[in-house]
Amino acid sequence: MAVRACAGLLRSSSGFCSLNQTFRFQLNIRTFSTQPVCHSRSSSQSKVLLHFVNQNGMKTSVTGTEGESLLDVVVKKNVQIDGFGACEGTLSCSTCHLIFEDSMYDRMETMADDEMDMLDLAYGLTKTSRLGCQVTLQPWMDGMTVRVPQEVKDQRDVQETKSKQ
Amino acid sequence: MLYASKWLGILPSSGSCSCSVSLLVRKLSSVSGAAPKVCIVGGGPAGFYTAQQLLKARHDIVVDIYERLPVPFGLVRFGVAPDHPEVKNVINTFTQTAHSERFYFHGNVNVGMDISVEELKEAYHAVVLSYGAEGNRSLAVSGEDLIGVFSARDFVGWYNGHPSNKELHPDLNCETVVILGQGNVALDIARVLLSPLDMLKKTDITQRALQTLAASRVRRVLMVGRRGPLQIAGTIKEVREMINLPGTKADLLPVDYDGIAEALNGRNVDRAHDKNIENGGWWTGSKQAMGIRFLRSPVKVLPGADGKRVAGIRLAVKKLEGSGEGAQAIPTGHTEDLECGMVICSIGYKSLPIDPAVPFDPRRAIVQNNLGRVQGTAGLYCSGWLKRGPTGVIATTMNDSFDTARIILNDLEAGTLDMSIHKPGAQDITALLKARGVREVSFSEWEKINSEEVRRGEALGKPREKLLDVEEMLAVAWS
Repeated sequence: MAVRACAGLLRSSSGFCSLNQTFRFQLNIRTFSTQPVCHSRSSSQSKVLLHFVNQNGMKTSVTGTEGESLLDVVVKKNVQIDGFGACEGTLSCSTCHLIFEDSMYDRMETMADDEMDMLDLAYGLTKTSRLGCQVTLQPWMDGMTVRVPQEVKDQRDVQETKSKQ
Repeated sequence: MLYASKWLGILPSSGSCSCSVSLLVRKLSSVSGAAPKVCIVGGGPAGFYTAQQLLKARHDIVVDIYERLPVPFGLVRFGVAPDHPEVKNVINTFTQTAHSERFYFHGNVNVGMDISVEELKEAYHAVVLSYGAEGNRSLAVSGEDLIGVFSARDFVGWYNGHPSNKELHPDLNCETVVILGQGNVALDIARVLLSPLDMLKKTDITQRALQTLAASRVRRVLMVGRRGPLQIAGTIKEVREMINLPGTKADLLPVDYDGIAEALNGRNVDRAHDKNIENGGWWTGSKQAMGIRFLRSPVKVLPGADGKRVAGIRLAVKKLEGSGEGAQAIPTGHTEDLECGMVICSIGYKSLPIDPAVPFDPRRAIVQNNLGRVQGTAGLYCSGWLKRGPTGVIATTMNDSFDTARIILNDLEAGTLDMSIHKPGAQDITALLKARGVREVSFSEWEKINSEEVRRGEALGKPREKLLDVEEMLAVAWS
């Protein structure tokens, strides 16, 4: 985390600034990755089957719609992930962090700096991690398995302490 | 609000029929002593996330939050920068928790003064301390008491409308402000000091702060840190915001970064960017600068001619030994003086003990605990900054609070907390408070304050205009 912040400074220290960073004059208003409540969907949009595997290894299978974000799916389908999506999809937290299969991750669009900034703060970060609010469902994701990351301190610490008392 | 409704696993009930059924269930539970009653001290994110997890896990548990101010949400309301409104979205999920039938908010109650922790322990099966860190780490240098030296906490509280900071009146009639510290709070303050007013006036920053900033002569903000660029505590998003701030140039010394590029690796350094020359860049016309100075630590705050007001700061020049997080800043024996009209100390918050009955570690400034169980006493827990120390973002506190909640739930299951003993809960506490002349603010009464703030904000083109005065808040709440 400190390393990336330093890198940001390094880029600026020579007094240069890349063009795509120039035009952020307004408030840090992040656009939602998709509409938070989807009312009308074209019937031609595909359904995408998803499997969520939680920290205990339990699998929940739900169907999302092409164009929705994974955050939309978790909310609408009430997938039980504690504290998911605290900032409601505005790239201001890391609580929608999910881990993907290599083959899926490699096909996804490259992460923008904004997402990387927040993802850097997530627990249990892996090489195939993304923020769920930034991943939009595509038909080729049908059947994809998504893992909920481990927290730094997990339930095993709790059990161990209990047995010692 | 759609997003928030999923957190509880129970939606608020509708209709009077289910209301009276649940009232009956609640009465029966309290008679048999079966319903566990938990109270939480502190209505910030730690308190609300702990409550949320408890309510979700057990359909019989009753949770009461006691909060000193009439208004809830702690640092989400008073700490998060006004130009980071999305970070405050968590308020929606907290509000949903607050609307749960088995949750009660008790604002305007000062635990430690109006009621003791012992009294709470008698009335509840479990008490959770989540009151955060209201103190500051001290500089411990001479000149700290000069006019114009502020703690970051007070300064942020001032522009965010905290009642205890409303008389701060910082004098921004100087050119340079030095901020000691390079964490996200320091970056927030620097950004607020130099942001274009057009940006700030659409946020929930207080009108008072806006007016002071409009009259500000501050053109240069320097963030001074003890160690080097690799040890900076601020996160990349905030650093990026600093670099991109309109009308302000980033004032950095290339010599500070000698040898750093080689130390960085992976996806983080894009050398192509360094070559991306912006000729006649948009900031060359700027008269403002936000800068960072490394390897400097404060020796003395220097007074001006009148001996009362800050005019500069003397810094010891350091060098770094070791690398990474463990790097140490070693003195070189040299000092340098920086001219400035204000010094803001952003070197860390600190928790304070509020009740002698609670074991407190003065060195680490946290409540002594093991995984959230307060040491040496049953039925007492802690969560958030009070438990682990005052660092981390909201998500850190969220995970920590979930951990404490799970510990409590484990103890309920295991019988460590004896649910067969009947506990009166809020019934007794409210009676005690009334007898002492303390009147509470309920959540729906806070919502009256909320509506009033939103109404006042609308007139000014802002999301809200915060009430600055506790008396005024109470008047609106109880109107």
